Amino acid sequence: MRIACPLCGARDRREFTYRGAALPVPALDAGAEAWSVHVHLRENPAGPLEELWQHELGCGAWLKVRRDTVTHAMLGVVLAEDAGLAARDGEGPA
Amino acid sequence: MRISGKGLISGGRRVNFSFNGVSYMGQEGDTLASALLANGVHLVGRSFKYHRPRGILTAGSEEPNALVSVGKGAAQDPNIRATQQEVFEGLVARSQNCWPSVGHDVMALNDLAAPFLGAGFYYKTFMWPAPLWEKLYEPVIRRAAGLGALSGSANTEPYEKAFAFCDLLVIGSGPAGLMAALTAGRAGADVILAEDDSRMGGRLLAEMEEIDDKPAHVWVAEVLAELAGLDNVRLMTRTAVTGAFDQGTYSALERVSHHLPPSQSLKTAHRPRECFWRIAARATVLAAGAIERPVAFRNNDRPGIMTAGAVRAYLNRWGVAPGERITLFANNDDAHRTARDLVAAGVHIAAVIDSRHDAPDGRDFSVIKGAVVCNTSGRKRLETITLRNVSGEEKIQTDCLAMSGGWNPSVHLTCHMNARPVWNRDIAAFVPRAGAVPGMVVAGAANGSLSTHAALAEGAGAAVAALGQLGITAEAPALPRACDAPYRISPLWAVPGKGRAWLDFQNDVTVKDVAQAAQENFRSVEHMKRYTTQGMATDQGKNSNVAALAVLADATGRSIAETGVTTFRPPFVPTTIAAMGAGAAGQGFKPQRYLTSHRTSLKRGAANTEVGLWYRASYFAKEGETTWRQSCDREVMMVRNAVGVCDVSTLGKIDIKGPDAAKLLDLIYTNLFSTLKIGRVRYGLMLREDGFVMDDGTTARLGQDHYVMTTTTAAAGQVMAHLEYLSQVARPDLDVRFTSVTDQWAQFAVAGPKARALIDALVAEEINGETYPFMACGAITVGGVAGRLFRISFSGEHAYEIAVPARYGEALFDLLVTRAEAEGGGAYGMEALNVLRIEKGFITHAEINGTVTAFDLGMQGMISKKKSCWGKVLSERDGLMDEDRMRLVGLKPKGAAQELSAGAHLFEPDMTVERVNDLGYVTSVGFSPTLGHMIGLAMLSAGPDRLGDTVRLVDHTRGVDTLCEVVDPVFFDPEGGRVRG
Repeated sequence: MRIACPLCGARDRREFTYRGAALPVPALDAGAEAWSVHVHLRENPAGPLEELWQHELGCGAWLKVRRDTVTHAMLGVVLAEDAGLAARDGEGPA
Repeated sequence: MRISGKGLISGGRRVNFSFNGVSYMGQEGDTLASALLANGVHLVGRSFKYHRPRGILTAGSEEPNALVSVGKGAAQDPNIRATQQEVFEGLVARSQNCWPSVGHDVMALNDLAAPFLGAGFYYKTFMWPAPLWEKLYEPVIRRAAGLGALSGSANTEPYEKAFAFCDLLVIGSGPAGLMAALTAGRAGADVILAEDDSRMGGRLLAEMEEIDDKPAHVWVAEVLAELAGLDNVRLMTRTAVTGAFDQGTYSALERVSHHLPPSQSLKTAHRPRECFWRIAARATVLAAGAIERPVAFRNNDRPGIMTAGAVRAYLNRWGVAPGERITLFANNDDAHRTARDLVAAGVHIAAVIDSRHDAPDGRDFSVIKGAVVCNTSGRKRLETITLRNVSGEEKIQTDCLAMSGGWNPSVHLTCHMNARPVWNRDIAAFVPRAGAVPGMVVAGAANGSLSTHAALAEGAGAAVAALGQLGITAEAPALPRACDAPYRISPLWAVPGKGRAWLDFQNDVTVKDVAQAAQENFRSVEHMKRYTTQGMATDQGKNSNVAALAVLADATGRSIAETGVTTFRPPFVPTTIAAMGAGAAGQGFKPQRYLTSHRTSLKRGAANTEVGLWYRASYFAKEGETTWRQSCDREVMMVRNAVGVCDVSTLGKIDIKGPDAAKLLDLIYTNLFSTLKIGRVRYGLMLREDGFVMDDGTTARLGQDHYVMTTTTAAAGQVMAHLEYLSQVARPDLDVRFTSVTDQWAQFAVAGPKARALIDALVAEEINGETYPFMACGAITVGGVAGRLFRISFSGEHAYEIAVPARYGEALFDLLVTRAEAEGGGAYGMEALNVLRIEKGFITHAEINGTVTAFDLGMQGMISKKKSCWGKVLSERDGLMDEDRMRLVGLKPKGAAQELSAGAHLFEPDMTVERVNDLGYVTSVGFSPTLGHMIGLAMLSAGPDRLGDTVRLVDHTRGVDTLCEVVDPVFFDPEGGRVRG
């Protein structure tokens, strides 16, 4: 598997560390229910899924990767930082 | 028998080799198989289960029978296919799975017991009594049924692994592959052409046909010459592409020096034996050709019975006639070429038998139509075949039978990403599903296009299409003129009749076995496979799977398309673990991290211990000390009474900078860091988002926007990733950056009552209680080098950590230890460090084991009430604040044995030792020379409420069963006077 890091280019998946589904992070004071859902509940879809990967053995960037969990097709990669800032500025989903 | 002047290797140098101890002569360019056939040797091995005599079936990597062991001693290679092993001067090869010899094999008795050894025999027979399976049945079965053996000694041959990148990977160098490579090469694309064989050309080397009015092999040579002249084309022979993976990643095994005498390869020429490649290809043309399948009939496994295409290959490429009276048995037009070529070469054809009533006539040979071969004879070499047609049965004398049940396109790689091939009735074979592997275009025989003309055309077209996906424009070269004879076939899988008819030669699976599986309701092709072991040998059933499932389809009354195929998985050819794991044996298994003090520590008697990837001094043995405990006890007392020096550089060090550094630290730590004064250090605790403790450590504020964090050695990587996660994902708005500087700074703890004097005398600055109170930090100069000083302690003593750039580490460590020794102190290692911290009740990852909360550690007070932090919400869940949770306590031995053991579990003294009564477990223990007895830390249910209680400590592993007293985890100097003094 290869992931196209926006900073470094396409790299072997051995350079990346997987975290899981890219879920919106609750506010720190969002309460136990919201945090429990965030930590424990996953949709686990068969198909496209937004995921978080870190280019740990490369630039260190956290990436928001859209990947098809059935075919492993890489449908899109953006820097998580950019996606987060765009969402804050109302330019896209978190 | 070699035919003088025939073949592509004619005129080559003679080479001597030995097989089963007998010396033979071969020719440069021979495989072991072609050389043995040239010498009239057909009996090459014994079959897996029945120990039947077996010969050479094929001429390629799909060979199921002719597996041999090559070489001697530690480098002995078992299960090498004789059809791939090239002969060289001095080659030594042996048959396997036979004793005492391939000619007289004692285990051939199995063949007589065949009626009892059918499918499922092992499952049914060795069921009971169960304990005997592991001890008796399995070892005996494994010894009787088997392949070659390893030498038993460690292999010292070098193996290599490598990465390659290209625009277009072309797999296979037959007509389709060559045209694809030529098309892409001329277009300037970066091309890798990978060929399993030692020579490029594929079937064109094995056929008597013309391309552009030239012999096919001449055309091949011309194309190769052009490709070799292109800088953008890389030709890789002896390289089998073994797997197709995501995003155009392919694995390949290159047999780098199997074809060279040991003296010429390895150590002298620095060649590895094999190289395991990972190839990242933007696009791929699969031109892997097709594999001919045998027909199943009674005793179709005798030496001398081969596939028709193999007989043709031995004749046309290697100039070898595998027999003197050859017969042919086929169900398709293609196989008739074998008879044609043999006749042209002057080899006697005893009979050409075609199962089709409408088979074409031969020009130079007569064809017996509508007939089948129903039996054979000859124990170690084929002697007769029995022909059956409407008029009855007839025996024919023959020493070689060329058989063909048709060709199976090599669809394997197209299935590696879960696609299933499609049944094509016209050629009675499975062909690749379109788009099976993203970026891959299939061409030629692999695509079911079985003429040379079609292969050439598809190869060029495939390259144009594949490169088109990449935006590279390529033009198909003028299509050379080539044979476009139709491939007519009428399916014939198994000849009906009594007796055993082999499907899978390598695993000894017969038509009967498959029928029996169906009868016992293993009707799914995947169940049949596992019940009969069809296709589960090292050849993965390359030439038998389709026939087996056709037999299954017949037995279950379904069509072949309905029955489906088993799953083809990587690797396409057997791959040695040595190649896949190249570089990872021994010290290459994982990186080793050495401290700057490593060498000088060893000189000072250090015994090393592994801490993650790091090597750290465990203790420093002085003269007269015979056990680690003596050294450890001395080092502990040295720190308590004088001064000790310890390398603590393995702790993670993270440089944190930015206007929002303080905000980020307030987010990650449970306690406040924005309030920390410049020049001060604070101990901090961080939680995972589920509320459990992630790590602890100290963070120093060096400037308004500049902190340096230390993590535990174990969690350095995890904390770094966590910081990046928080700043990039959770709070991308924060302006802060992190740099790991663990390797850049060497850092040493200097601890003990004499530490201040030592540091004060060493550094340029004045160090006293006012300039450096407890938890102060700042810049210092030591020997003209700019460094940092932290007044922190992990021992409970008055202590400092002094840091300098790593290149000065060794010198500073030497200096510190020398000065400490002058004061009655010296270096101390991990053992002493551990005892010192247990005496103080300080925690490490033995306690922070992923299941404990700040509450469990008695540190709930460190979770600031003034702010939120990562993980705080979930750390406050009811269950995590329960008084009865296992919580940190100290333990003191009470029994006569005075023993404690880490990992032991704790029980009430009057309760039985069983899971339900488990109260907790011991995390750390050590002998405290300060207190004169063992001490331990433990997680005990309601622990802090039970101080003074007696609990029973049981460690079944070490045989410890003793009583101990629950005490406060801080054993020594609970007021902390020493550390502040």
